[in-house]
Amino acid sequence: MAGKLNKEASAVESFAKGDLYTKLSAVFMGAGLIGHKQIAKGILILLCEIAWVIYMIRTGIHSIALLPSLGDAAQEKVWNEAKQIYEYTAGDNSQQILLYGVVALFVVAAIVVLWILQMKHSYKMQKKIENGEHVPTFKEDIISLFNGNLHITLMTLPCLGILIFNIVPLVYMISMAFTEYSKENEKLMLFDWNGLTQFQRVLNMQGNIGRQFWHVLAWTVTWAIFATFLNYILGMILAMVINRKDTKAKGFWRFCFVLSIAVPQFVSLMIMNIMLQPNGAVNVLLRNLGWIGAGESLPFWTNVTWARVTIIIINLWVGIPYTMLQVTGILQNIPNELYEAAKMDGAGTVTIFFKITLPYMLFVTTPYLITSFVGNINNFNVIYLLSGGGPTYVGDTAGQTDLLVTWLYKLTIDQQYYNLGAVIGIITFVILTIVTLVTYRNSASYKNEEAFM
Amino acid sequence: MSTMELKKNKRSPHLVAVNVLVHILLGILALIWVLPIFWIVLTSFRAEPGAYTSTFLPQGYTLNNYIKLFTDRNVLNFPKMFTNTLIIAIVTCIFSTFFVLSVAYSLSRMRFKFRKPYMNMAMILGLFPGFMTMVAQYFLLKSMGLTEGSSIRIGLIIVYSACTGLGFQIAKGYFDTIPRSIDEAAVMDGATQWQVFTKITMPLAKPIVIYTVLTSFIAPWVDFIFAKVLCRANADEYTVAIGLWNMLQKEYIYQWYTCFAAGAVVISIPIALLFLYMQRFYVEGVSGAVKG
Repeated sequence: MAGKLNKEASAVESFAKGDLYTKLSAVFMGAGLIGHKQIAKGILILLCEIAWVIYMIRTGIHSIALLPSLGDAAQEKVWNEAKQIYEYTAGDNSQQILLYGVVALFVVAAIVVLWILQMKHSYKMQKKIENGEHVPTFKEDIISLFNGNLHITLMTLPCLGILIFNIVPLVYMISMAFTEYSKENEKLMLFDWNGLTQFQRVLNMQGNIGRQFWHVLAWTVTWAIFATFLNYILGMILAMVINRKDTKAKGFWRFCFVLSIAVPQFVSLMIMNIMLQPNGAVNVLLRNLGWIGAGESLPFWTNVTWARVTIIIINLWVGIPYTMLQVTGILQNIPNELYEAAKMDGAGTVTIFFKITLPYMLFVTTPYLITSFVGNINNFNVIYLLSGGGPTYVGDTAGQTDLLVTWLYKLTIDQQYYNLGAVIGIITFVILTIVTLVTYRNSASYKNEEAFM
Repeated sequence: MSTMELKKNKRSPHLVAVNVLVHILLGILALIWVLPIFWIVLTSFRAEPGAYTSTFLPQGYTLNNYIKLFTDRNVLNFPKMFTNTLIIAIVTCIFSTFFVLSVAYSLSRMRFKFRKPYMNMAMILGLFPGFMTMVAQYFLLKSMGLTEGSSIRIGLIIVYSACTGLGFQIAKGYFDTIPRSIDEAAVMDGATQWQVFTKITMPLAKPIVIYTVLTSFIAPWVDFIFAKVLCRANADEYTVAIGLWNMLQKEYIYQWYTCFAAGAVVISIPIALLFLYMQRFYVEGVSGAVKG
């Protein structure tokens, strides 16, 4: 019994066990609070409900009702007798219908959450009154928002921002994957749901789009593995070489490398792109040095293999200093007590390295490795600014160095194949989720975030 | 080549050889890393116009590229882009600093039901490719009327700051290293959580506060892709990054290439200085605030 008492009653339980006021708040939200000495709060919630009802009547219900069909009135030419001209009727804009529908669903979800919360809260207050406990006044509630409930004050705005400008757009975009929304077949204004057709198209190896997809996927994974691990290993070696006891002018070396990341990435990438053009500075330099003939140039961006290798190497130029910087910090940050204790126990340098330095580095950098892998899969800047995805074969939408994310950009922004773009995005997400969850859940830093505190 | 080995062989010829080798290697690497930057600085002073020249080093030097960049308002209005970006950066900086620090503090110090779900959610949202939301964000802003004329700036500010609550990891990591006993002592003395946050944690976390301010200030200067999607042809609202990008497009590159180099240098210097200054805090940020 005692355990059950401590458990918070669910919304349904609250309704079943609640008194008149609590039951009333199932329809008139906030009634339970008004009846249980929390008048101001109750009125605020009631106002929310009223606003919601007005919204639903004015646009909400209409928006949701249109969702299944996504509209069916096509734009038409109509003869206007009075003016003696053809006029275009507005027609339904499916893209807008979909957006408003998604927003309306979110508003409904929000009110459901509010309903559940106020049911529970109302029952809690009822219990307090029954047990003769003190019911917090509005003023006390406000004060607690700056004390025990500070997290609510601090996190409401950021969470709203994320909800409106990340989650809603995401759901909206995901829903596009199941529609015909695309420039293909002129489905930009009026379109319909078409289930998993686009997924089949993308995954089907025989089709044109499917063939490109598997190519791009293979290159994306190869790229991410090379970019992540080469950067990590070489960056760590560089940091250790600079941190060696006998290396002179440590600060100077560090400065040279850090300088390259201090320059904004898009600037340095555009510079690299220009330098490696057929008539760019690098080819000119090689010609002047006599290493290649006068009219010749190395095909940095025009040959597939050259382009891929060039991108990976330039990414090393961009990434190694970052790794070096991060690893240097962590290396310096290993608590001295750990070393001293180990030395007292008679451990040698090798033992210390394997028992303290390495586990510590992995503990701290597993999340870093995961984020950098994810970052590389989604590394838009490097590809877009360096090769622009090229070289591209005739008839393809994806270039030979395109990653899923740059292809997604081309499909949506350039080609306006919104549904295909959304499918690519979802598939990218699924791949990353599997990789991340498996690694992250097994990493020491997730299991015990306070281990080294 | 481990340090242990080196210690044992002190003053041996082997060690000297290794040391010389290491320094030569570092010298070559440093040259590779610095060369492109050096080259772009030289190009920004180059007197000959055009994108591609037949010599690696400029033949003549001039300041005209910088003068043109800041005075030519007809084709690509760089001064206007500069003020646009500055305004956006300042407002974004205020919002996102508040968002990041609030979320990081809550997650680090408070314990509530929504905590773990929030952290998992942030991780999951980070796995979606940025463009998925970008296109939809554009449609969303369009339905709010924030994609035309000067309201594009508001749109950009919203986009740059709205989702910053997801980037709490570094700040949270820093807060985690501030011993909880300090908070507990303050609470014992009757401080509220708000007072702990503003009067105790913030001053102790000064490095990470500065770091957050600077990173959020820099973000609008270096993002060009969303600005490009949102501004489209509204040249009046362009930010610096789009301007620089445009200078490299076919129709402008011959006239504007050396100006691009000048612009790149002008933008990079303050950002580089901020970054070099920040880097100290960044290392501290990873290594923790109150030691011993």
